[in-house]
Amino acid sequence: MDGKTQNQMAWLFVLPVVVLVAFNAIIPLMAVVNYSVQETFGNNMFFFEGVKWFEQVLNSDRFHASLGRQLVFSGTILAIEVPLGVAIALAMPRRGAWVSVCLVLMALPLLIPWNVVGAMWNIFALPDIGMLGRLLNDLGFNYNYTQQPLSAWATLIAMDVWHWTSLVVLLAYAGLSAIPDAYYQAAKIDGASSWAVFRYIQLPKMKRVLTIAVLLRLMDSFNIHTEPFVLTGGGPGNATTLLSIDLVKIALGQFDLGPAAAMSIIYFLIILLLSWIFYAVMTRDEEA
Amino acid sequence: MRKLGWLIPALYILFLLLPIYWLVSMSFKTTNEILGAFTLWPKKFTLENYQKIFTDPTWYNGYLNSLIYVLINTAISVVVALPAAYAFSRYRFLGDKHLFFWLLTNRMAPAAVFALPFFQLYSAIGLFDTHIAVALAHCLFNIPLAVWILEGFMSSVPKQLDETAYLDGYGFCRFFLKIFLPTIAAGIGVAAFFCFMFSWVELLLAKTLTSVAAKPIAATMTRTASSSGYELGLLAAAGTLTIIPGAFVIYFVRNYIAKGFALGRV
Repeated sequence: MDGKTQNQMAWLFVLPVVVLVAFNAIIPLMAVVNYSVQETFGNNMFFFEGVKWFEQVLNSDRFHASLGRQLVFSGTILAIEVPLGVAIALAMPRRGAWVSVCLVLMALPLLIPWNVVGAMWNIFALPDIGMLGRLLNDLGFNYNYTQQPLSAWATLIAMDVWHWTSLVVLLAYAGLSAIPDAYYQAAKIDGASSWAVFRYIQLPKMKRVLTIAVLLRLMDSFNIHTEPFVLTGGGPGNATTLLSIDLVKIALGQFDLGPAAAMSIIYFLIILLLSWIFYAVMTRDEEA
Repeated sequence: MRKLGWLIPALYILFLLLPIYWLVSMSFKTTNEILGAFTLWPKKFTLENYQKIFTDPTWYNGYLNSLIYVLINTAISVVVALPAAYAFSRYRFLGDKHLFFWLLTNRMAPAAVFALPFFQLYSAIGLFDTHIAVALAHCLFNIPLAVWILEGFMSSVPKQLDETAYLDGYGFCRFFLKIFLPTIAAGIGVAAFFCFMFSWVELLLAKTLTSVAAKPIAATMTRTASSSGYELGLLAAAGTLTIIPGAFVIYFVRNYIAKGFALGRV
């Protein structure tokens, strides 16, 4: 069929991977499941509570608010980063010395530790002594990300666009490089407009890598914690408290293990569900 | 329109470099200058901040700790991912597709969900505050990624290579080490790059699993920032130094970065 040999011995090859990942994934996950159905009063005494925590979390306004903010955040950054990344990849030179220069400079933000990204933007956007904050205020905008929710959101989104658009660029560029020159020549002979070239040649060829890009950005934007935590700490008030920030507040700040664990599981299931829906929709026509 | 096309990447790169410039320039300023007046470049150029980092063991040990666990993690991830990726690319076996998907789901696991159980798990087995604990914990997301990338590279090598080698009398181990690995050297480089990258930038788990002996540089930064007041210059210098290893690694793999993504399969 696909040229692969049936060989059950292959399990020996994957065994080390399975053992290592399972050790890290299954034991902690079971611990979370345990907490999510129990109540503790300290002293390592646990009482079975059933689905009480799940009901509590699902009905709490606080969870709805964080989830809402999370969806707005993920939706906004996807709507900006994906088209912007594709546009930049299209405008990049195809060959020559500049390609390496572009790729190296663009990959730079991806390799900066996440808390440094947060700290860097924190310094960059300070309203009195930061370059961005000073510039905006001198231009007459009333900008202060530690006081106004709107400023905080704008900074948060600018930071994420700064941090991750390059990933979309790299992926889209890789997809574009894989298109043979013959396709473009054929389009030229047919007198196709540049929009037609994009719509019928470049976009279909990029579909695969863009699927990876959107999946990675969706998963990672849902998991984002360190950068907004360092930038705004979830504030002002709760204005930028995304799901993971709220979760860490509940689990490590208030030590409410039960609700935190139940929230973890709901949170993980939402990511799995969203990724799966997107993946299924994108690969629907390939299966047929 | 065509002629001005270069403007888009150029403006984008400018946007990327501005915050980095601000960080670097701040690292050469004195605390007085930072807090006192707004200056676009250091008026009184100083190396004081860097001097402090290179002479204070709590600072430079942070860098060493980070580098140690990142390198251990990269080595473990790539070494165990190699045979697994070979199995996924060459053989069909019971549950192979499900296993592959399960591996990928671990890439989605929010670190925030796992922080507390990880702390308890590694404390229970006595590895808390060791480099190996962080290296093992980062395997959670790096091994699936390494398997994913390597499988893509391996599948692009024709199966005839394996068969010819066996006909020539090579045993599996000799074939794998002497012929197959050199063929996919680029893939190994890309996989190692991504493992290095994700282990280097991750902080939440690294911070949760360490206290003193293996504390990563990123955690040294956050704790210093909060404990000893508002030393922005020092913070900026430490941040600048964390960019260097990454820039170094990117330079070496610049030709393979784009390729590595393209060959991976969803």
